[in-house]
Amino acid sequence: MDIANTGKVNALGADKKRYTDLQQALGFGLLFASILFCLFFLGSIIFFIAERGLAVISWEFLTEVPRRAMTKGGVAPAIVGTIYLTVGAIAFALPLGLACAIYLCEYGPRSIVVNIIRLSINNLAGVPSIVFGLFGFAFFVKVCGFGVSILSGALTLGIMALPGIISASQEAILAVPQSYKEASLALGATQWQTIKKVVIPSAMPGILTGVILGIGRVAGETAPILFTAATFYTRGYPDSIFSEVMALPYHIYALMTEGTHPEVQTQIAYGCSLILLCLVLGISAFAIILRQRSNYGS
Amino acid sequence: MLKIRETIYKYLFTIFAFASLIFLAGIIIVLLKESLPVFAEVGPFKFLFNKFWYPTYEPPEFGILSLVVASVIITLGAMCVCVPVGLGSALYLHEIASPTQRAILKPVIEILAGIPSIVYGFFGMVIVAPFLQDLLGIPTGLCAFTASLVLGIMATPTVCSIAEDALSFVPRSFREASLALGANRWQTLTRVTMPAAGSGISTAVVLGMSRAVGETMTVLMVAGGAAVIPKSFFDPVRPMTATIAAEMGEAVMGSPHFHALFAIGLILFLITLIFNIVTEIASRRFRIKLGLGR
Repeated sequence: MDIANTGKVNALGADKKRYTDLQQALGFGLLFASILFCLFFLGSIIFFIAERGLAVISWEFLTEVPRRAMTKGGVAPAIVGTIYLTVGAIAFALPLGLACAIYLCEYGPRSIVVNIIRLSINNLAGVPSIVFGLFGFAFFVKVCGFGVSILSGALTLGIMALPGIISASQEAILAVPQSYKEASLALGATQWQTIKKVVIPSAMPGILTGVILGIGRVAGETAPILFTAATFYTRGYPDSIFSEVMALPYHIYALMTEGTHPEVQTQIAYGCSLILLCLVLGISAFAIILRQRSNYGS
Repeated sequence: MLKIRETIYKYLFTIFAFASLIFLAGIIIVLLKESLPVFAEVGPFKFLFNKFWYPTYEPPEFGILSLVVASVIITLGAMCVCVPVGLGSALYLHEIASPTQRAILKPVIEILAGIPSIVYGFFGMVIVAPFLQDLLGIPTGLCAFTASLVLGIMATPTVCSIAEDALSFVPRSFREASLALGANRWQTLTRVTMPAAGSGISTAVVLGMSRAVGETMTVLMVAGGAAVIPKSFFDPVRPMTATIAAEMGEAVMGSPHFHALFAIGLILFLITLIFNIVTEIASRRFRIKLGLGR
């Protein structure tokens, strides 16, 4: 690296160039190795689970209730339970998150208030999932008296999904061109009319992407529903929002840690994992492809 | 009439906007309220630095040192995997990948970031742990090492995505100036692009760390679950998150054990809070450095 040496002899420069070329080749090789390692490991997860899960999955597995201490029948109540919990969580988080994003982008003054809200959203996003579970247990299950139920679980998951939905909506709203809003306001529309008729419709694709990604995350969460909603076994399907549910992620955990037939249960857990993977990855892939399409469009 | 409606809407949205703040405050209040009894009974110092966690013995012992050590070991181990691999992948995507490769790999990695933690835990338990047990000849595959490996892989896509975003914010002119001065692409990458994206990359690292500390299901299933201070990296351990998840079901409501689990939750919350503040500061610095405003 000595500057005095660089111009000295041509051969030395060529040496140096060979050295830096080698360094670059080595460095790029390392980078390539790291992405290969990443894709290999993630690919092998999907491969193993798909291979062994497919052997278990049948029409019966998807549509029947468990029988004979989990060794026969299917996991339909767990699939239904996961859907209930996810729909409940999004139904709670979407209106709240959208309203919050609208406030932050359109109404909020650039002030300390907005900063505090922004900070609290960021911090809420970083809270560990098990802490949400503790909160849900102490607050929804005990203080509110909802018990271990779909309602408690959905609310807990909803709070967890909230920061993601807020930031996705905020991004989508900020991407709406200023000129759209100005045109609407210039035509005499009020601020609310502008938001309702101009801002939200144009931001809708972005908001939807965020929501769908949120659904994918929520459907796979286990820790928040451990003490708020999930149970290993129910006789049939849940009949009200106050009943306990089976849920796919919790079911996998329970199959591996409880029960009396570990061999058979592991097989069923493979099946459940595959269903969960398809559900979650399918949903997020859909959202991401949707977003790329709309990005190419603009 | 129209004016009144406008005002109503404005106040309605203002109320909704405070939801996150209210929930965050609610979490803090609940955690404090439920964990104070154990601090009063055991004493905060003893709670943190006693290494014996025997919540069901008579008399019970509530010392979380071994749980904290387990969390720290697993997190550091996971960082050893996800920082080099995640960062390397991000640099590959940024510098080497062709546009087509990028267009495929970026969404693929983002989709993979969504694999649920329970699936990682399950995979670690049935595939990775038996494999490592045979390969390394250790007494059990369910140990800190396996947990670190699986957790590291799990955090990799997150680190990769955020680091790649940070790299893409570095202005083109930085790179062009360096290349014009005769530096090759590797030198440009390591001495210009990476330092310029430095605080953005550190955000990625801290977020990955925060994710690893707070992760529950993977460590619950893979780490082995022994609440003692490990003698080696291949001993079974029980991190803080796994302790809460495993014992909450059996803890009697309102007992010291119950409150102790909330206290562990409080400590976890504070750790991630600190990480969040660090990322907040780092990303603000990053944006100012690159002239992106706030």
